[in-house]
Amino acid sequence: MKRFDYIRPASVPEAVAAGQQPDTAYLAAGTNLVDLMKGGVTAPARIVDITRLPGLSSIERLPDGATRVGALVRNSDLAHDAAFEKTYPMVAEALLAGASAQLRNAATVGGNLMQRTRCPYFTDAVSPCNKRAPGSGCAALGHATRIHAVEGWSEHCIATHPSDFCVPLAALDAVVEIAGPDGAREVPLTAFHHLPGDHPERETDLRPGELITALRLPPEAAAFQGRARYLKVRDRTSYAFAVVSAAAALTLEADGTIGRARLALGGLALKPWRVAEAEAALAGQAPSPEAYAKAAAAALAGAKPSGEANAFKIELARRVAVRALTLAAAGTPARIPALPASPFGIV
Amino acid sequence: MTFPLRLTLNGQAREIVLDDPRVTLLDLLRERLGLTGAKKGCDRGQCGACTVLVDGRRINSCLTLAASLDGAEILTIEGLADGDRLHPVQAAFIAHDGFQCGFCTPGQIMSAVGLIREGQAGTDPERIREGMSGNLCRCGAYAGILEAVREASHDAADRTEQREDAA
Repeated sequence: MKRFDYIRPASVPEAVAAGQQPDTAYLAAGTNLVDLMKGGVTAPARIVDITRLPGLSSIERLPDGATRVGALVRNSDLAHDAAFEKTYPMVAEALLAGASAQLRNAATVGGNLMQRTRCPYFTDAVSPCNKRAPGSGCAALGHATRIHAVEGWSEHCIATHPSDFCVPLAALDAVVEIAGPDGAREVPLTAFHHLPGDHPERETDLRPGELITALRLPPEAAAFQGRARYLKVRDRTSYAFAVVSAAAALTLEADGTIGRARLALGGLALKPWRVAEAEAALAGQAPSPEAYAKAAAAALAGAKPSGEANAFKIELARRVAVRALTLAAAGTPARIPALPASPFGIV
Repeated sequence: MTFPLRLTLNGQAREIVLDDPRVTLLDLLRERLGLTGAKKGCDRGQCGACTVLVDGRRINSCLTLAASLDGAEILTIEGLADGDRLHPVQAAFIAHDGFQCGFCTPGQIMSAVGLIREGQAGTDPERIREGMSGNLCRCGAYAGILEAVREASHDAADRTEQREDAA
């Protein structure tokens, strides 16, 4: 690990001032950053430790029915907050389906949004990678691409975003609150992560010095609490990233038809994949396998393999979407299953 | 540049001066304080051998920069027993053969202590397995580990009930 200067600011404005310096990284739990620094994938000259910043560690229900979650709230604390779990069950289930208990006890809400891709050509520090070393090329293309993107990729980068948490957040229209040199602003989560295009190194909407301060779930997000599930297919039962995942949420009308529907898919792209046509295809329909299949087809309508090895993800994602919608329609379980989000743990 | 750190380590107040911000909690414990119970397995947060409790919560000490822990309370395997009396989780690991080579054991035990404190798994085998999935055992002693954690979790619940009855 390259030596760095360590700075511990006492306030958000101090942090933002320090964060504006070039080659600077914010440190929260460090569960991803320290790992990448050990591997030489990233080597910031300055680390700004934000773990002591005041005011970023609470979960608040706002008067309008929205919920604001401070950027430093730990993943496990959020997942086990009784009111949060009841109101946003698929977010809690996604949190508990990610990483290990030790990592969830440390990892923060803001850090989860900022985590980097697990593309092995990005994390090996020596392969050409346009994300890590712009202009060097993409070593993944034409090589081992089983975990790579089938949506939103470009010839410069075929990586995926690894977060489980972000998938239901995207489905629920979460908003990212940001402090920066020019004051506070906010960005919808669906616009926070950038698709690679010609600039895979531009991963998020954050500008130099900007710091995530909170995540906000709008009032409408609470409407789905009765019928919401996260489903994650992975290579082993626990402690593995998603191959494909889906967050599905529905409201039902008095006549039994679907009122509103939300569907976001993980493991497919550099951001949670949410398609308006898929949700529109469900509204007004009777909940049925045919309706779910139509929605899943619409969600994957633009899918294209980025390598032979990942073509299977398209059909898998359709099936995971259908199953997640089926589970959501059946109702949120009283307690998150022992194996959260697992197709093997569902009662 | 130096980084002063005040820690409560296994119940004792310690003042430490770091000369390098890169030092992880695991390296601080093992290389500078002589506490070699927490193990360096993968050093990348994947195996759980380095698990310790920070402010009562289990974490991977290999991914935690020591400089960020000023004021924290750390409990390692060395601080778990009460003199010669083993902690109930330690005793349960012995009773149920929850290890073979022993390398992962300090991490397994600290993780189990954290799991029981979290109170989410109870004695449900599936929830214990899931809750312990951040600790690998290459000898494959999982069956014994599961039984040890179940017993310790059951006994901890009993002790809580007794305390509540007495209150």
